[in-house]
Formats: sequence, structure tokens, C-alpha cells
Amino acid sequence: MSNIQNQNITSNMIVQAITANRLSDGYVVYLTERNSWSEQIEDCQAIDDLAVADDLLRRAERRAADDLVVGPYLFKIDNQGGQPVPLGRREILRTTGPSVGTDLDRR
Amino acid sequence: MYRYDEFDHAFVAERVEQFRGQVARRIAGELTEDAFKPLRLMNGLYLQLHAYMLRVAIPYGTLSARQMRKLAYIARTHDRGYGHFTTRQNIQFNWPKLDDVPTILDELADVEMHAIQTSGNCIRNTTADPLAGVAADEIDDPRVYAEIIRQWSTLHPEFSFLPRKFKIAVTGSPNDRAVTRGHDIGLRMHRDLQGRPGFEVMVGGGQGRTPIMAKTIRNFLPVDHLLSYLEAVLRVYNQLGRRDNIYKARIKILVQSEGAEKFAELVEAEWLQIRDNAVDLPMEERDRIAAYFAPPRYDDLPDVCPALDLAIAADRRFAAWVESNVVAHKQPGYAIATISLKPHGGIPGDASADQMDAVATLSEKFGFGELRVSYKQNLILPDVAKADLLALWRALDGLDLGTANAGRISDIIACPGLDYCNLANARSIPIAQRISERFTDLQRERDIGDISLNISGCINACAHHHVANIGILGVNKNGTEFYQVTLGGVATEDAAVGAIIGPAFDEWQIADAVEDIVDVYLHQRQTDETFIETYQRIGPQPFKETLYGTDQARQAG
Amino acid sequence: MALIKHGKLADNIWHDTDEFAELQALAPLGPVIVDLDIWRQHRDEILAQIARIGGRIGLRLTPGQTPDLVAADLDHFELIELQFAKFTDGRAYSQARLLRGRHGFKSELRASGDILRDQLTFMLRCGFDSFLVATDHQAEAILEAVEEFAHWYQPALDQGATIPALRRRIHGAAGASTADCAAAWAY
Ligand code: SF4
Repeated sequence: MSNIQNQNITSNMIVQAITANRLSDGYVVYLTERNSWSEQIEDCQAIDDLAVADDLLRRAERRAADDLVVGPYLFKIDNQGGQPVPLGRREILRTTGPSVGTDLDRR
Repeated sequence: MYRYDEFDHAFVAERVEQFRGQVARRIAGELTEDAFKPLRLMNGLYLQLHAYMLRVAIPYGTLSARQMRKLAYIARTHDRGYGHFTTRQNIQFNWPKLDDVPTILDELADVEMHAIQTSGNCIRNTTADPLAGVAADEIDDPRVYAEIIRQWSTLHPEFSFLPRKFKIAVTGSPNDRAVTRGHDIGLRMHRDLQGRPGFEVMVGGGQGRTPIMAKTIRNFLPVDHLLSYLEAVLRVYNQLGRRDNIYKARIKILVQSEGAEKFAELVEAEWLQIRDNAVDLPMEERDRIAAYFAPPRYDDLPDVCPALDLAIAADRRFAAWVESNVVAHKQPGYAIATISLKPHGGIPGDASADQMDAVATLSEKFGFGELRVSYKQNLILPDVAKADLLALWRALDGLDLGTANAGRISDIIACPGLDYCNLANARSIPIAQRISERFTDLQRERDIGDISLNISGCINACAHHHVANIGILGVNKNGTEFYQVTLGGVATEDAAVGAIIGPAFDEWQIADAVEDIVDVYLHQRQTDETFIETYQRIGPQPFKETLYGTDQARQAG
Repeated sequence: MALIKHGKLADNIWHDTDEFAELQALAPLGPVIVDLDIWRQHRDEILAQIARIGGRIGLRLTPGQTPDLVAADLDHFELIELQFAKFTDGRAYSQARLLRGRHGFKSELRASGDILRDQLTFMLRCGFDSFLVATDHQAEAILEAVEEFAHWYQPALDQGATIPALRRRIHGAAGASTADCAAAWAY
């Protein structure tokens, strides 16, 4: 377990991270190395051990109320050039925001 | 329009205060998320993919200019400058902050609006014919009854924790513009032999995983027994509806398993016990509410309008807009105009704060300060003098709201899909955008004529794809989006569920597939046939062959 | 466990049993709550025992048991307990209304199980008058909730006039005049 940049992750390893929504505004946050929550996926803690992942998730769930986050869960990520990239469209969209323009006022 | 009296005002204010307390207790950690969730849902507050989403009820789709301006203000001040109008005649804000929500609800209460029961397993916002009060074929204004239902169902002590959500739609005319058969209860007005108005009561319609059209359980219910009859239906459902499996919890499953006849007997037996009790409103109260929906003071206008005819002859684009977006009004000299929220390549149902302000002003200039939200996610100006149509269209055109596509193929109903929705399997909006960009040619759209195309991002079917002529359902295969096509759905009086045409398409093939489907229709149609008429005559096979080739079509078929 | 009765914390004098043998050992009988099975199997014995040595009996219905099943026996019960297995399971609201409204049950109507503060007003309006919750703290929180709404739209089993009734009282039978409504258009 360490920051994804300084770790050798082989391609067939399952790497996961923990995400939740922040209570105050619902924004997407990621569990970091230092057990805090960050809006940046770059800060996420990459977990390559299933047992550790479950353990961290349980801890995150227990702490969710104190941490002011809602509904922590695990999702799979991939390491692309040192960057954690979520697998699957849903988690990709959660990192990028809606794929469609929300700037109607500028239309 | 209905106006709150002191009681309505007090009630909504109490509700806002109650929610303010709940939010405070949640933030202070006194309420767990599990306990808070049903409370916020009953106030229309969801937690979506990227943020909270607040769904505000627009009762029976009627809005005043002042209310529309308030929505614009909320979009600008508490959100990111836009809102999304839904098929259920509600508006959704996609980015409110939790501790802002009580303030937003206060703002809404100011203009007699709220978000009560826009979610949760309760009786949801009642929808109605968007042409209520102005349609030529109307027997009585359905908004009167929708308002009666709104009041009765608000925080109902017995029916706030039903097995599943519960939706009611009302139409005051025998022609159905509210998809009544697609609702848990659909009410369609008729007259009896003595000429008195009453409702045909249809129960057990719904979309989702198991699309079913509602069955008529009573042909004629005198209007004054509306509430006691609804109470009987709800009581039977609350006791007998399944609670062990959320996919089987809607009333449609109960009606199906009991059989419509048996279900009707249960309801009638219950109704017999309560039909004379206090729940039905006395005539005076009905009349009090009805008076609010009295017609505005129309001018005496001649029905023929030479200026309009001249303008139509002079401007092709205006002529096309009148043809698709303007329908007949019951009052001579007036017309009903649809404001399209479907610019080609745009997000279906979205409107910016500036657009909302602008249409509010237009509704005052070209009408009586009233707007409607339609099932098709468009806005409607119900009372435009024919002589004003050109000026209105020019103004709309300048706001990117003048697209001549109401009822056309680019008038797509699309749910928020995976761009916003927590339950989604696939995106809907970009697919709608890509498809509508294929049909930017006015002449081609006119040629294709009346057609409906709806896109849902998951089987919950919020965009009602089952009852679209062309339905598109987003599915997820190992994290990749695919789109399944159904053909033959109908949403009006003869409502029908579409059938799956074959294997799903990926996000890059789906727009081509739609064009292929349209081409089959154009080749096969006989004079004046609409898409659905051609489909009903020739069946799915020619479409399958074009989409999948002859071999595969045989397998798929 | 904490009990709220008639708007105040109260002692719970009732106990539960699902064993008929245990029931027979009580003299005088009760106050004891039995489930529908025991009641149906031993109804006559229980009534005989009460007649002989006195006693008080209550009944617990599960959410699927319609009150119609015991409509004829209601006079025997000094308490009926209805259960909210999960707060989302709203069947007990209908059971309560039927017991009170249709079958005229007058004695204590108790809610137990998953009871949230924010449901209390619904329960009161459906005719419940006592609530058995997990902790004192929960009970106190629940007590605060009662005063949040002054009036309601639909008639139910609580006292107090509904909004439509108050309107008639205040505006008289005429309701809003057409002139008022025309003013609404200037809105
Ligand atoms: S259909 Fe599915 S994806 Fe679309 S809004 Fe409804 S729940 Fe969300």
C-alpha cells in the first residue's frame, strides 16, 4: 500500500481505491494515504491487497459520520503512466464530472 | 392558477422548518445517513454521482412567471446556472449544497412551491395534461382535481411509507396527453349519460423493468368521490403490495398477480366502507379550488388572422415552427405554443437561468403570465394571441428556444443518465445530442413527421422509452455502454409497449441505427402514414433486416 | 426500552410471552401481550382464566395480519401492539386506522420496532397512542417532534380540524370568489 506513483503494479493485479461523497455538498472524494479525503483522484490511496482493501473500507465506513462523508465504497483503478485511472465509465465520469456541457449560459 | 391561502403557506413553512432541523441534526451527527436518507428523499433531495440533486415539484406542470423567475434565481444563486425539466413536470437542480437546501426551500415557499414528495415511497407529484384549461377537447380542467389530490396526498399519515413510489396522472379530456395508462393510477375524464363528469380509473401502469399498461378498474367514478376512491386503492395497496422485493413492489405487480377484476373487487369492497366518510371534499371546497382555474380574461378576437397567414407565407422557418409547435386553442384568435427545450445538439429539458427569466417575461408579454411544463420536457405558452406568434417566435429564436421540432424526431425525451444519475448504466444525454444532430435539416424533419424517440439510461425508464415509437435503453456490459432499441411503443390513448428489435448497439453505432430505422420507414410508408402506422402495418422484420442484415435478423427474430 | 404514552415517558407494565404455559402460570393473568397464534389456539382458555382469577390481555399483530381477523374480539384486549419491522414498512399505519376508525378499538394502541422521530406525527394521526422505542434518548427526541405541524390537509384519527374544514369555517361556504381568482392572474 502506497501512493500509486511509486509502486510497481503489474497488469494483472487488482488495484482498488475508496471513494465516497462529501456530506456537505455531495462532491466526489477519495480516501488518501493519510486517511483523509481529497477531491483529487491523484491523491487516492491505491490498494492492491483485497484483505487490506476490505479492512480499509470497513474502517472508512465506521468513520464516515465523523469524516462527514457518505457511502464509502471500493472501485477498481488502473495505473496509466503513474496516474490512477478508474475502470468503467461510471467511475471515470465521477472523476471528470458530466461529459456534457453544463455551460448553457455561454451557449 | 391555484394560490396558497394562509393554511397552505403555514403548512409549507412548517415543512421547511422541519427539514431545516433535520439537516442540522444530520450535519451535527445526530442523524445517521440511513435515518436521514428517507427524510431528505421525502423533501426531494437525492445524492447523485457528483453532488446532491433537488427535485422541485411543479404541480400539474403549471407555473406563473413569478415562479419561473424564482427558479431562475435559484439556478443562478444556489446552482450552476441551469435546471433540468423532467417528464414528470418537475425541475431538477443538479448542484445544490446540503446546508443551502433549507434556504432554497424557503425561497420556493415564497412563490408557493415546494419539493415535498418528489421522491420516496409515497404519492408523488400528480401530473396532468399540459394543455389543461386551453385544449379544445376538454370536459373539465384536470388541474382542479390534481390540486385536490395534491392537498389530500401531502404528508398523508397512512400512505407515506408505501411499498414503492406511487404516481397519479389526470387528464380532463378523452384524448390522453398525460400518458395516464403509464401511471400507478391514471384518471381519464368522461361524461356519463346525464352529462356529469367522472373519471375512468386505471390502475397498475408503470414503466421500469416490467412495463405494464394500467387496467381500467372502474369505468366511471363521479368526480365528487375521487378522494375516497383513491383512498380505497391506496389502502388495499399499502396492505397487500409486496415489500420483499423492490422490483415487485409497485402496484402493477399486485394488480397483475391478483388479476384486475379481483383487485377491482377488493377496492370496491373497501370503498363501500368509506365512500360516505369525511375524506371526499364538499362541493364548496371543490368549487373554491376550481375558481382559481377559471379562464383568464381573453380578448374578443376573430379566429382568422391575416397577419399570421402573411407571416407564414413569408418566412419558411416561421412556417415550420407554426406547423410543429403551435396547436389550436379553445378560444378564437388564440393559440398554444410549445417552446422547444431541444435545440439540435442540446441537452433535452435543460434551460439556463437567463432562458428561464426570458420565457417568464415572454409569458407576460404574450399571455397571462402563465407557463406549462410538458411531459415531453418542453415549455408551453398556453395563451398566445395568433397575431403575436411571429413576435414570440422571433424572440424565442434569439434565445435558442425557437427550434421547430415539437413532436418531431429531434424532440427527444432523455433522462439525465450516467452523466448525473446514481442509478444509471449508460449515458443518455450525449446519445440524444448525437441523434438530434443527424436531423438538423428542417425539411427532413418535417418529412419524417410525427414520431417519438425516448432515451433512458437504465431500466428504471424515467424517459419512458417503452412507450416511445423508438425507445433506447442504456445498458452496461462490463463497464462499457450499450444501447438497446425498442420499436412500436405508443404513449397516447392506445398506449402500447414497444418490442426489442435485436442486439444492442454501442455508443458510436446507435445514431446510425436510428437513421436506418427512419430510412426503412421513409421507404415503406404509404401516403400520409406516420412512423407508428407504418410500423404497425409492416411489423419489425423489415427494420431487423436493415439493422442486422438478413441472416442475423432471422436469428434475432 | 423506553415507552412513550400519551405524550410522556411512562413505565411499561406489559410483558410479552409466546408460550402459553408461561401465560397459565400468571395469577392474576397479565398484563401480558400474546400473539395472534396463541390467541387463536387458546382464546377460550385465556378468557376462562381471566373470568376466574382476573387479568389483562393484550394482542400483538404482525404487519401482514389484518385487523379484520380479530374484529369480533377487540373488546377483550386492553392493548394492541402493531409492529414496524423497518420504518419503511408502512402497513401498520393502515392496520391502526382500521382498528381505530373501522372497528372502534378504544384502548391502548402501541407501536413498536423501528420508530423514527420523524414518523411520530404520522403514527399519532393514525391513532397510535403509545410507542415502545429502544432508548430513553430516542424517546426524548421523538417527543420533540410532535409539535411541528399545526394543521393537516386530510382527515385522520387525531383531534383538530383539517385545513379544508378550517377554510369553510373562516371563508364561509362561498370559498374564494371569482374576483379573488381573477386577481391571481395578475400574479
Ligand atoms: S432512467 Fe435510470 S439513469 Fe435515467 S434518470 Fe432514471 S434512474 Fe437515472
